[in-house]
Amino acid sequence: MDECFFIFVEAHLFFALQGTWHVITVYYREEHFHSKISLMLMISPRMATGMQEKQYSPSLLSFFIYNPKFGPREGEEEKKILFYHPSEVEKNEKIRNVGLCEAIVQFTRTFCPSKPAKSLHTQKNRQFFFEPEENFWIVMVVRNPMVEKANKEGRPAATEYQEEELLDNVYGAVLQQCYSMYKLFNGTFGRAMEAGAVELLTQKLEKFFYRYLQTLHLQSCDLLDVFGGISFFPLDKMTYLKIQSFVNRVEESLSLIKYTTFLYNDQLIWSSLEQDDMRILYKYLTTSLFPRHSEPELAGRDSPLRPEVAGNLLHYGRFLTGPTNLKDPDAKFRFPRIFVNSSDGYEELHLIVYKAMSAAVCFMISASEELGREFCEQLDGLVGPQLTLLASDICEQYNINRRISGPEKEPQFKFIYFNHMNLAEKSTIHMRKTASVSLTSVHPDLMKILGDIHADFVRVDEDEEIIVKAMTDYWVVGKKSDQRELYVILNQKNANLIEVNEEVKRLCATQFNNIFFLD
Amino acid sequence: MSEEHYLELCESPVQFENASAVNNVFFDEANKQVFAVRSGGATGVVVKGPDDKNSIAFRMDDKGEVKCIKFSFENKILAVQRTSKSVDFINFIPEYPHLEFSQECKTKNSSLLGFCWTNWNEIVFITDQGIEFYQVFPDKRSLKLLKSQSINVNWYMYCPETSVILLSTTVQGNVLQPFAFKNGTMSKMSKFEIELPAVPKPAKLSLSERDIAVATIYGQLYVMYLKHHSRTANSPGAEVVLYHLPREGPCKKTHTLKLNTTGKFALNVVDNLVVVHHQSSQTSFIFDIKMKDPDSTLNIHLPVLPPWSIHPYKIPLTGPVAVAAQAPVSCELYSSTWSVFQPDIIISASEGYLWHLQVKLQPVVNLLQDKGKLMDFLLRRRDCKMVILSVCSQMLIKGDKGNLPVVATVFDKLSQVYKEYLEAEQSYTTAVESGASRASTVHKRPVRTQAVIDQSDMYTHVLSTFTERKDSSHKFVIAVLMEYIRSLNQFQITVQHYLYELVIKTLVQHNLFYMLHQFLQYHVLSDSKPLACLLLSLESTYPPAHQLSLDMLKRLSTANDEIVEVLLSKQQVLGALRFVRSVGGHDNISARKFLDAARQTKDQMLFYTIFRFFEQRNQRLRGSPSFTPGEHCEEHVAFFKQLFGEQALMKPVTV
Repeated sequence: MDECFFIFVEAHLFFALQGTWHVITVYYREEHFHSKISLMLMISPRMATGMQEKQYSPSLLSFFIYNPKFGPREGEEEKKILFYHPSEVEKNEKIRNVGLCEAIVQFTRTFCPSKPAKSLHTQKNRQFFFEPEENFWIVMVVRNPMVEKANKEGRPAATEYQEEELLDNVYGAVLQQCYSMYKLFNGTFGRAMEAGAVELLTQKLEKFFYRYLQTLHLQSCDLLDVFGGISFFPLDKMTYLKIQSFVNRVEESLSLIKYTTFLYNDQLIWSSLEQDDMRILYKYLTTSLFPRHSEPELAGRDSPLRPEVAGNLLHYGRFLTGPTNLKDPDAKFRFPRIFVNSSDGYEELHLIVYKAMSAAVCFMISASEELGREFCEQLDGLVGPQLTLLASDICEQYNINRRISGPEKEPQFKFIYFNHMNLAEKSTIHMRKTASVSLTSVHPDLMKILGDIHADFVRVDEDEEIIVKAMTDYWVVGKKSDQRELYVILNQKNANLIEVNEEVKRLCATQFNNIFFLD
Repeated sequence: MSEEHYLELCESPVQFENASAVNNVFFDEANKQVFAVRSGGATGVVVKGPDDKNSIAFRMDDKGEVKCIKFSFENKILAVQRTSKSVDFINFIPEYPHLEFSQECKTKNSSLLGFCWTNWNEIVFITDQGIEFYQVFPDKRSLKLLKSQSINVNWYMYCPETSVILLSTTVQGNVLQPFAFKNGTMSKMSKFEIELPAVPKPAKLSLSERDIAVATIYGQLYVMYLKHHSRTANSPGAEVVLYHLPREGPCKKTHTLKLNTTGKFALNVVDNLVVVHHQSSQTSFIFDIKMKDPDSTLNIHLPVLPPWSIHPYKIPLTGPVAVAAQAPVSCELYSSTWSVFQPDIIISASEGYLWHLQVKLQPVVNLLQDKGKLMDFLLRRRDCKMVILSVCSQMLIKGDKGNLPVVATVFDKLSQVYKEYLEAEQSYTTAVESGASRASTVHKRPVRTQAVIDQSDMYTHVLSTFTERKDSSHKFVIAVLMEYIRSLNQFQITVQHYLYELVIKTLVQHNLFYMLHQFLQYHVLSDSKPLACLLLSLESTYPPAHQLSLDMLKRLSTANDEIVEVLLSKQQVLGALRFVRSVGGHDNISARKFLDAARQTKDQMLFYTIFRFFEQRNQRLRGSPSFTPGEHCEEHVAFFKQLFGEQALMKPVTV
């Protein structure tokens, strides 16, 4: 037996607040040199029950934005409300709800002026507050998940709200993402106020959130939403340098281009945009833009989506934003505009997304420039052939690397990795992010455990490790080292703590051998 | 503009007394010596070589008109031909008798065309009926015939660099028979036929020695044939046809150099370039046989540069006759009195000058617009390094649009040559290491030519100044640096860390930390200790540099001590200890260092833990938990007692 695992059975046993958690903090007696590893046993009510019942996932009840300074006098409360979803709610109720939020925020502020309230837990729902700009508040109200239990005696079904199922950090992050996404396409609230007062702001909010809220899928939010990470495409140095070379050449020939980002297979390879802007742009690209444009290259020969290979078209390049067909005489050359941070506040840019096979490039050009047919044709002629070639190079190189590393290196583990420093995330739990849902291969209860472990990590600065024994032979391990977090889900029959720890060590040795990860 | 003259005569020509009625001038191609023979030698012979400033002067008896006069190697024996039957010899070796001795050619009724020295004591007579190969015994004042060969000879030509004699045979003279000489042996090489533009009827001698030259180009022996424009064939002009003469195997026609003009021509080979002088236009063409037209499979070459004349030359007035006020006299170039010898010699017998022809590379830079071609051309020249580096610098200053692809092409060409040298060096080293015992194979150390431009050359002469220029945009600077790194990587050359430092410096200067992070993430900037330390120093301005640095140290796997230091400096004492243990070094670390660090954290529990760890180590290693005086931990033991009491100290375990 490994000497590290003489368990010093002076285990502190205490119960967590919710009662469903049995937290056992175990100090390993490693030559008296204890490492901070917590072991938890978790019994989920849902996993344990096998009764006839109906599940309701969390859903959006309301979403509103207000500014308490806009209607300070009595009778003018409606002016505070800048956006309210659902809009058909009766006016007085809107005012009441906003008033309540205002009051809660004000009240709690007295206890901790620096950290205003973030959420309010009630039996039926949970409210999340977020003040992205001074005095502008965004509130999201989410209904708790419910279980409807069939009653034998024909009485109406009993509804049981699961008050503790939602994670504050997950939905808090979703709320912040809503704002970031608004800001990406519209700039700050303050900017709209400057440009056209409240009228313009309400107009913009209405236009943006009406559509955006429909794309929120609150039932499938998880730890990845908290991280808001970026998945990087693994690539060898030489191919990476070729991409660098390509980007530099394009930027040199088309000097209007201010920023360029390069993605392959929906994973990032290069960005000259700053990290925070890239994070939200990445989110937009991977959850909204790319899924809308299914790959015509993969479509059948007769599919209308397939580009004509005949004629002078010698490449697979096409615009995902702007003109859909350059040959069309009526083609529109309008690109979406985005706002990014710059040294003097923000800058407004045209977002050109151009794709050839699996390689996508975003070119960003100052919004003050007029972009017309000529520019688009020039870009298409320059980028199309090169990008097509590069895309096939990357694909080839990627396959070679995969062959070298072999299938045994393919992870048999389910894990999520996140690095706060470069926002790199990697998940073998999530199958594929699509526009509508993120499919995970594990039970939601396990995902919730991950969220809980993360919340624990946030609370302390030091590196630590938490091992949770979940039901049905699942073990969940969370590790935090410097700015990195790793969550592993293991399913091994009759595994014990020692074996689980060994498994995780092995995973670190194979998957993360090139980074400094304390064990 | 003088800036465009890419050919010039050397500054210090060999000066000799000009040819006249009383002064005969001879040139020996083997030793590159000029002989000025006054009155058949009676009033003096002056010999001037290319390098030796000291000329040799002597007298010899006038025994008739001198037809040919040549020293053997190292000026040991002088051979003089005065008749068509025999050659006279004079020893120049001090301890041997100076009396002349003579040798007649062996073949009866043959007429001596000339002779060539192939060694200090080996000589070849060429007669109209064959060749005779002799060894000279200066002490005995006699010669011994080593070998002879009968063959009808029209004329001959000698290439001293390779010791190959070319004989013109047959009636038309266009069948050439080469012989090679080496250490007393004579070997017949395979003969070949020069294709004549038109076959005369009746057959007569049609190939003149004036139209043939022999020279080594890129280490290979070539016979160059100046094929004049024939009136019957509809070729637009004369051309030079090159026949490759390998040591073994048949001779092949390999290159055709198109002149597209007619007239009188002369050939030189300078720095592996074939130079064709055209007298009527007073210009010279240069050809590089390695510069291929990609569309042509026939090896037809056009001049590399537009034809241009040799740089005007002023005769320096030196000696006692020189008057300060007198302006130097311009020398007539392309004069009909010029004689041209291989490889690069031009002699004006009437004026008494011998020049070496030289190629100036700087003017070529402006004449060859295509940078890729220019690089190819420059990389094959001898004194190319500084010119290439200046081309690189120039190309980076002119921030033309679409410049990057050109930059990439140039870098790739440099890298290729650099890589070839590194590989040769590598295989030489391994060959020497492995085959030290086997003396049979002699390994030649690869020669580092000027074309090998390494990273430090690029750094010092091009990149470091370029990155410091105020007018170059940082975007372009980074693009160029990445392009160079890409090129080196493409040729699998290990990139030196100072190039990475240059990249980092530039990125940091412009606050482009996120870019830097991405480069490191994809290992574009390869791991090294200096780089990791540089990153550590960036931590205050860019906190993630800390993580990047630690990762790098970890990957190096030889920097465990550094990792411990970094962690301790961050007060991560427990982390440092766990790391040391994971790499198995915990029995050798200094207890004091860790206890110091633990105490600095002011965390008593941490101090306890660390203290206890070392107590246990002591117990395990020495059988007692107490520290030895050598560990200098007394102060910490005292502190421990003060905090936790004497009884908290670990009790020795008695077995």
